[in-house]
Amino acid sequence: MNASTRIYLYRRYERFWHWSQAVLVIFMLVTGFEIHGVYKNFGFQRAVEYHTLTAWALLTLWAFTIFWQFTTGEWRQYIPTLHRVLAMVRYYAYGIFVNAPHPFHKTPNKKHNPLQRLAYVALLAMVSPLIWGSGFFYLFYAYWQDLGLEGAIPLAWVAMAHTAGAFMMLTFFIVHVYLTTTGHTPLAHIKTMLTGWEEVEDEVPANKASAG
Amino acid sequence: MSQTKLLFAASLLGAVLAWSTAWGEVPGAARPANLAVPSGSAIPLGESTVDHSKLKELQKNFASGPEVTKACLSCHTEAAKQVQHTKHWTWEYTDPKSGQKLGKKNIINNFCTTSISNEKDCMACHAGYGWKDANFDFTAEANVDCLICHDSTATYRKLPGDAGHPVYERREFPHGSGKFVEAVDLQKVAQSVALPSRSNCGSCHFYGAGGDGTKHGDLDSALKKPGKYLDVHMDAKGLNFTCSTCHATAGHKVSGSRYEMAAALTGPAETRGKAAASPAACQSCHGDKPHKESILHAERLNTHSNKLACQTCHIPQYARDSIGTEISWDWSTATRMGTDGKPFLVKDSAGRRAFDSKKGNFVWDSYVVPEYRWFNGHVSYKTKGERIDPGQIVEINRPEGEAGQADSRIWPFKIHRGKQAYDSENNYLVVVHTAGEDDTALWANFDWQKAIGAGMQTAGMRYSGKFGFVSTEMSWPITHMVAPKNDALGCAQCHRENGRLEGITGIYLPGRDHSYLLDNIGWMVVLLSLLGVLIHGGTRAYLHFKHKG
Repeated sequence: MNASTRIYLYRRYERFWHWSQAVLVIFMLVTGFEIHGVYKNFGFQRAVEYHTLTAWALLTLWAFTIFWQFTTGEWRQYIPTLHRVLAMVRYYAYGIFVNAPHPFHKTPNKKHNPLQRLAYVALLAMVSPLIWGSGFFYLFYAYWQDLGLEGAIPLAWVAMAHTAGAFMMLTFFIVHVYLTTTGHTPLAHIKTMLTGWEEVEDEVPANKASAG
Repeated sequence: MSQTKLLFAASLLGAVLAWSTAWGEVPGAARPANLAVPSGSAIPLGESTVDHSKLKELQKNFASGPEVTKACLSCHTEAAKQVQHTKHWTWEYTDPKSGQKLGKKNIINNFCTTSISNEKDCMACHAGYGWKDANFDFTAEANVDCLICHDSTATYRKLPGDAGHPVYERREFPHGSGKFVEAVDLQKVAQSVALPSRSNCGSCHFYGAGGDGTKHGDLDSALKKPGKYLDVHMDAKGLNFTCSTCHATAGHKVSGSRYEMAAALTGPAETRGKAAASPAACQSCHGDKPHKESILHAERLNTHSNKLACQTCHIPQYARDSIGTEISWDWSTATRMGTDGKPFLVKDSAGRRAFDSKKGNFVWDSYVVPEYRWFNGHVSYKTKGERIDPGQIVEINRPEGEAGQADSRIWPFKIHRGKQAYDSENNYLVVVHTAGEDDTALWANFDWQKAIGAGMQTAGMRYSGKFGFVSTEMSWPITHMVAPKNDALGCAQCHRENGRLEGITGIYLPGRDHSYLLDNIGWMVVLLSLLGVLIHGGTRAYLHFKHKG
């Protein structure tokens, strides 16, 4: 068995951001699908109120997070790359079943594997604008008349765009949660996201040692 | 150590959510709107500058209503002329849009059907004396009835059969009931006149179609002294509005009309002194955006007024009392006799008329949930002589308006359904001579042929001699019995499937409407991804344990 090293991957704010965002997004889904009429829990009115409040809370969180991303330079973690994407796909499609080594090694400068980067960029560039754009139109329906939008955009389109975005988020959520189990133990990634520390199987230094 | 921090972060998040709950407690927390109470509301007698009992003109014995009117007019010189210009007098209204002659004088309704040939009974609710047939003199000022609106003694009654005259001699009413109506003391009534109270207006408007609560559904005698629950404005212990507080009246012209409704008034509350286009509308006092909303609601509640009438949410049910209202009148069973061959009556479990050999079958209900329609304030009528399709339900009147029109709102309606006689050759509704003591009156002789023949002749209409019964319905906009705000409809009453607005088309209603295609695709994708990760994870687990084993 290789010796393992611990690397500090997720800083305190990052972890706070991730988990509070998780709670808020889950709550958005729970209340959103109730508003959509899928089931009954809080009641329509409460669900709408919670949904709205949670949206504002998320936006506040993101205001801080965007600031944090830029001041720390961490935003670079989200620059997409196609480099070794196929290796990742092969790994998830085959390697993972036969205990092949993970093709990607996390470092504090590269926390996300290439597939992850693509997924996050898609989320940021496609799903987010769709869901937030439509959400704002929905929320500020009262002002459509003043803005001359009444009649220009059917509310049904806005609602459908928003619903489509919600299904995408739900799908992302399911896959995202599942992929947390793909660490060296099923809970390893979760633990890292909680503590910030990643246990890395010490291959690189070991190789180095043997090389040296 | 980092676990403590995490706990801290979690509790912070919890606090945010708890705060949201607390915020949610006061949806659209609105303080009572500032109501400018018009000065004319509920003036006690003591506020008048005249004590009518001191007037010489009124200190004499009056033999009849017209004599009292002459005395009134000796001071109030223009009063009769004013009244004669109102619908209370003419019973006529010309629809400016269609040119149709409407009003009680002309239309066939869904209840007693028509006043034509039945004036002696119907005119118990005419603000005049002596209208018993088409020869009534509409210019005679002495025929104006001042007292029906201005009596403050509650002893002035007009009964069917007297063509609008009050009860001059003590009389049993209803006939054969053992109850007696006392002769009116006209001198006393004349000396104590006052501004109209709820009871004055109610003496006709509560009893339309011949019984308490029968016609409107949102008007019945419980409004003489209502609690807050029944009517937040008329609440006898609260605001205590009279009818004319909202139906502001000048020169005997009462504002507000079913024939020309302001269905979609916009803008802020009207300033006192400003000429009001429609003082009887809610918006006159409240404006069209009356809800005080937190930023969380983003004016969502107020925006509803672009699509809904105030009444739609604020009158969750009508006939909210044990009096109830008639929701159906089936004339086709009229003239059916009892086993003894004599006319008979049946009452429902609440003591309301269920069958009468003179009139047919009735259905009553209380606490009725309205039906909802788009409405722009204009109502088109099926007028006398207009062709009908007997294969369809005949809409006696039809509220116009549709989604997307700036002047249309979703309104609550009482829909009164029934069956009534029509000429089955000419395909139009017939005029039936119902009331009267003569041989042809339906209620005297129980002979449809004769009654229709006489009615049609009086109306100057051709009758083929063949009649049948056709299903009809009539729509009554609901606007009275406004509930306290806590009893207003909640969001989910409409924002769900099979809610109150299920039948309303032309809008996307969140919670009710979906794109089934989008939903199906969405759930399919979600399901497939779930299935995918389960298979992926299951395979991993299986191989892992197989490897170990």
